[in-house]
Amino acid sequence: MQLAKTYSISLYGMTGRAIEIEADISSNLPGFVLVGLPDASLQEASARVRAAITNTGFTWPNRKVTVNLSPANVPKSGSGFDLAIAAAILAASGQIELVSGRSSIALGELALDGQVKPVPGVLPALREAQRMRFRRALVPRANFAEAQLISDLDVSAVGCLVCFAGKISVAEISQSCQCQTELAQGGQEDSLASGSLPSETALDFFDVLGQQSAIRALAVAAVGRHHALMVGPPGAGKTMLAERMPTILPPLDDATAVDLASIRSLVRLGQFSLIPDGGQATPFCAPHHSVNQTAMIGGGNPVPRPGQISLAHGGVLFLDEAPEFSLLTLESLREPLESGSISISRASGTAVFPARFQLIMAANPCPCGYRDVPGKTCTCSYAARARYASKLSGPLLDRIDIRIRVDAQTKAARLRAAKSERYSSLALRQQVAEARKASAERLAGTPWRFNSEVSGQFLRRLATENPSATAILERALGSGSISMRGFDRCMRVALSIADLDAKPVLDATCVAEALFLRGASDWSAL
Amino acid sequence: MSNSKHILGHYGETIATDFLKSIDYEILDRNWRCSIGELDIVAKNGSTIVFIEVKTRNGRGYGHPFEAVTGDKISRIRRLAAAWLAAKELGSCPIRLDAISVLVESGRVSVEHLKQVF
Repeated sequence: MQLAKTYSISLYGMTGRAIEIEADISSNLPGFVLVGLPDASLQEASARVRAAITNTGFTWPNRKVTVNLSPANVPKSGSGFDLAIAAAILAASGQIELVSGRSSIALGELALDGQVKPVPGVLPALREAQRMRFRRALVPRANFAEAQLISDLDVSAVGCLVCFAGKISVAEISQSCQCQTELAQGGQEDSLASGSLPSETALDFFDVLGQQSAIRALAVAAVGRHHALMVGPPGAGKTMLAERMPTILPPLDDATAVDLASIRSLVRLGQFSLIPDGGQATPFCAPHHSVNQTAMIGGGNPVPRPGQISLAHGGVLFLDEAPEFSLLTLESLREPLESGSISISRASGTAVFPARFQLIMAANPCPCGYRDVPGKTCTCSYAARARYASKLSGPLLDRIDIRIRVDAQTKAARLRAAKSERYSSLALRQQVAEARKASAERLAGTPWRFNSEVSGQFLRRLATENPSATAILERALGSGSISMRGFDRCMRVALSIADLDAKPVLDATCVAEALFLRGASDWSAL
Repeated sequence: MSNSKHILGHYGETIATDFLKSIDYEILDRNWRCSIGELDIVAKNGSTIVFIEVKTRNGRGYGHPFEAVTGDKISRIRRLAAAWLAAKELGSCPIRLDAISVLVESGRVSVEHLKQVF
């Protein structure tokens, strides 16, 4: 046969497109032409594929080889097409025999010696392959662990070009696989179980002396996935508290874990084992305040890649020193905070990444950090304070349900805390898990899963059922100290407080605490 | 060194000529030279004038013989073909550019003929 076709997947964001790879061998002087808008890294496939074919005992056809990546008008990038190109050339030159028809896809980069190297984005590509009703997929062995998250698709791991050829060819091939010995010795180098964190580094709320009210506020935030802001002087422990947030969050559900693994697959090269607990642990992303908009929400060339907000999908995005972030970066969080996803539009297309993150921010009350701190004098001018306060805009703050002041612990408080009971992460995690169960029961039959997502209509119906509990909110609304939206937000937090305290119905204490956690509208004067 | 290369080249061209005769090509010229370079074989197949570049290799150590026929060489053969036609005062007649590889490998000689290589 002088013509052969194989299939692979090209990704734009998380959306895949089936790519047909055609190889033609014509009676002409030797040459290699790769057409179908390949970018630089794909253009170089010709050199890799040729070396891999000759170095594994196959022969390179001494004729003109034309490879077309169809649809030819869609730009393609990356080294993941190497395997499919090699298969098409081997089949066109009669060295292997393929099953006819559109049934299997191949993903993987070839080394010059014929070894198959991992490529990014295997998991999202396989999800798309499954959607497009491919039945079989061949992936690099180092990507096999993440590929196993896909059911309904016959996935095989390949280590080198020879075992790849052996798996797709219906006829026997004469070469023997060089990587079989490695397989027997090393097994799967990338197993799911190998990545758990060493226990010495494990964080625990037990390490925090005092700050009981802040820990309680974070527990409430954890129950309903409410966004939170902590304001306090330097050294009060805001960062310490935020870093311990993931220790009390329940593990991700399966669907979210697969989404997150897909996002990680796009940005990391087959390092799936770095995800502890098989990818179920809650992610915690804490970008430095120098982060730019592209790194935060995603973007880049030639195909947009997910940013920090997507890497924090299902988990926590912690912005330490929040007012120091660029205004552009902070404001770009507004839409994903509402929608739970980010769509990045470029001339070449639109990529949509999931980004349902919980935002935790920490800030100093003013540039010098000592505004309203007993025993310290704030040295900031009024203008400097105002400028600092304006860094966190109204629309962004309006999406933050919990805003609390975290003050440095006085000596008396430290002594008291050392004697009294401290919160431990384990106990809090159990409490939060119980509370989440209670929320789920209340929200059964609704489209919402967390208290922070509940609609205003639902909340107001709840409020009219409980007039005595919500009287304080009605008063605040009447006096103009909270808006209608503020009312809804307080109600959502009140639900989380009730769930955390295992109260079946809202009472006045829950609502009052929620109103307290809502804080003042001027965040710097909390 | 250069001498042995020439002997091998000449040997290859003789084999190619014999091969072309065996498939009923009429040999018009061999090793025709002008200022641009040299044409290995000019033959006639029916009414078509065929210009043939012969590449001979002893083993595959430096790749297949055809791989030595590069774009530069092809454009030179085009110009040589025009020069040859002018020299022989042959006006418009169909022409073709072919390549023949002669590979000598462990005592065996294999000949491959590629037609219309451009």
